[in-house]
Amino acid sequence: MIEHDSSTPAQNEADMAELPLAADLPVSAASAVPAAYSLRLYVAGETPKSMAAIRNLRVLCAMHLAGQYSIEVIDLRVNPQLAAEDQILAIPTVVRHLPSPLRKVIGDLSDTERVLVGLDIRQRAPS
Amino acid sequence: MTGAVLSKSPTGISGFDDVTLGGLPSGRPTLMCGAAGCGKTLFAMTFLVEGVLKYGEPGVLLSFEESAEDLAANVASLGYDVMSLIDQKKLAIDHVKIDPAGMEDTGEYDLEGLFVRLDYAIKSVNAKRVVLDTLEALFASFPDAVLLRAELRRLFDWLKERGVTAIVTAERGTGDGNQLTRHGIEEYVSDCVILLDNRVENQVTTRRMRIVKYRGSAHGTNEYPFLIDTTGISVLPVTSAGLAHLTSSEVISTGIADLDAMLGVGGYFVGSSVLVSGLAGTGKTTFAAKFVEARCNLGERTLWFAFEESPEQIVRNMRSVGVDLAHHLGSVLSIESARPSFFGLEMHLARMVRDIDLFKPTAVVIDPISSLRGVESEVHATLLRLVDLLKSRGITAVFTSLSSIDQASSINDRSISSLMDTWISLSHIETNGERNRLVYVLKSRGMDHSNQVREYQISNGGIAMVPAYIGAGGVLTGTARLAQEAQERDEYAARNELVMQKKRDLARRRKAVEQQVAELQSALDAEASDLDALIEQSEEHKRLHEADRTRMAQLRRSKE
Repeated sequence: MIEHDSSTPAQNEADMAELPLAADLPVSAASAVPAAYSLRLYVAGETPKSMAAIRNLRVLCAMHLAGQYSIEVIDLRVNPQLAAEDQILAIPTVVRHLPSPLRKVIGDLSDTERVLVGLDIRQRAPS
Repeated sequence: MTGAVLSKSPTGISGFDDVTLGGLPSGRPTLMCGAAGCGKTLFAMTFLVEGVLKYGEPGVLLSFEESAEDLAANVASLGYDVMSLIDQKKLAIDHVKIDPAGMEDTGEYDLEGLFVRLDYAIKSVNAKRVVLDTLEALFASFPDAVLLRAELRRLFDWLKERGVTAIVTAERGTGDGNQLTRHGIEEYVSDCVILLDNRVENQVTTRRMRIVKYRGSAHGTNEYPFLIDTTGISVLPVTSAGLAHLTSSEVISTGIADLDAMLGVGGYFVGSSVLVSGLAGTGKTTFAAKFVEARCNLGERTLWFAFEESPEQIVRNMRSVGVDLAHHLGSVLSIESARPSFFGLEMHLARMVRDIDLFKPTAVVIDPISSLRGVESEVHATLLRLVDLLKSRGITAVFTSLSSIDQASSINDRSISSLMDTWISLSHIETNGERNRLVYVLKSRGMDHSNQVREYQISNGGIAMVPAYIGAGGVLTGTARLAQEAQERDEYAARNELVMQKKRDLARRRKAVEQQVAELQSALDAEASDLDALIEQSEEHKRLHEADRTRMAQLRRSKE
């Protein structure tokens, strides 16, 4: 399933509750990167971790990449042969196909800061 | 287990299935650990490919280190066509690329992806055998060790549930000797643990394998040497040799007629072990070659292990003493040359055993055993096992051994002499500026052999014994023998001359004495004739006197 511009999915209360946390962070690179983000999220079945990852990614993209991203969710339970292509081991995994280079982020994406850094949406904060 | 014998999956690796009494435990994971370069991957690949080819069990390889192409290329030299097996859906290789960098951890995760891939691969070929090579690579890319361990435990349970026979390879732990693997994953695999080892001793590497544990099954507990070469892996359970070999009274020729005669029964017993020891240049190899030639001429398969010469060199050198091995080579004769330092003792033994099993000779030559390097006790143990092994197969073996100059028998000889049935000692003595070769049968079990030290000569006609000269001056050889013989001839002639002289002297004296006797006789005769004359004279005188008295009486009558 491929979604464009994630303003459509219904967001429940929990998601909304997390939003302010992410919203506190300064939005930076989004406008500096004109190329569209092509993200692929690998999950395996409807596990809590998978569902959380889908939700977190949608919220995050809506906040930081509004209008310039696409998300493809792949359920390996349905299409196991696709796992090898992106060398998936951990579930869930997000793969950034565009812009290149390829980047991967694993986990349920609850740590928004690390997701943003991992997907190179924002530079790693100087420590 | 419910009383049933643990079912096993043969690996197809020669020797390994003997040691494990059938192979790896079916439907269970086996841990194979060892340091880099031990042959873990090759072992696992052989298990998979042989599983397809010999036992009809498709396999899956989840490789964390090498791509399918690299793996295929690595085993292509063994005659395995991995790519075609993949095309035939008998084998599936999934290369799991681990990218340690750029894995941002953003929350909870698990390794379901690995399970999905493994499951998909297993289903795609209906696999019965699975190899995970090297699972511990995961530790490099997933820093959360607690999670990883939980996932590994789940993975092994999952493999067991699937009922696949699995090999999981792992790097040997460093430092702490108690730990088999670097990350301690042996605690998850409890059924069968195999340790591969690659030790360097005296600058020589020997691969060894040990079954650390095998739950529910008897197994050989020793360290077994194994070989990796052009025919793949072979494990050699050579420590299992016993003393229960059959003995034969059949005799085969030594290839040298005179030597046959020195051995009371006319040759070596079939299946016996013969030691030919001697100093450098006494023709040990030639003795062995004559034996080999005799065997080959009878069409008997013969295997020659050479530690000092290449096959071509042996053939050329032996041609110079009238032994033509070239036309036997490749049919009934095989010469295996290897430098002693090329392998360790174990490996030499292992290699020899494998070659013997492949070539199935009735006679074996090992030339020379003295060049096997190592601690004396190890050399002895190796030779003991080799001798036992050859005897148990009924193979007649000729060992050559170089003796040191100052000793009649080297340390090597002494320690192995008790293993040998027949010991032929070659030596040479140096006198009058020449060296002459001597042979004698030091011992020969079960036969009434010659005690004679014989001189022999090696020429382009082969080996010929010379009748030894034994006299007051000891055993003489070469020109000394000839000189001695000449001297004796002279002495004989001189004695002869003396006798003749004496005879002549006696004759002469006899003549002189006879002459003297004749003279005395004639003197005696003369004296006798003088006496006769005197007697006659006296008679005459008396008669005349009587006549005178008568005449005077006649004259006196007138007075009366």
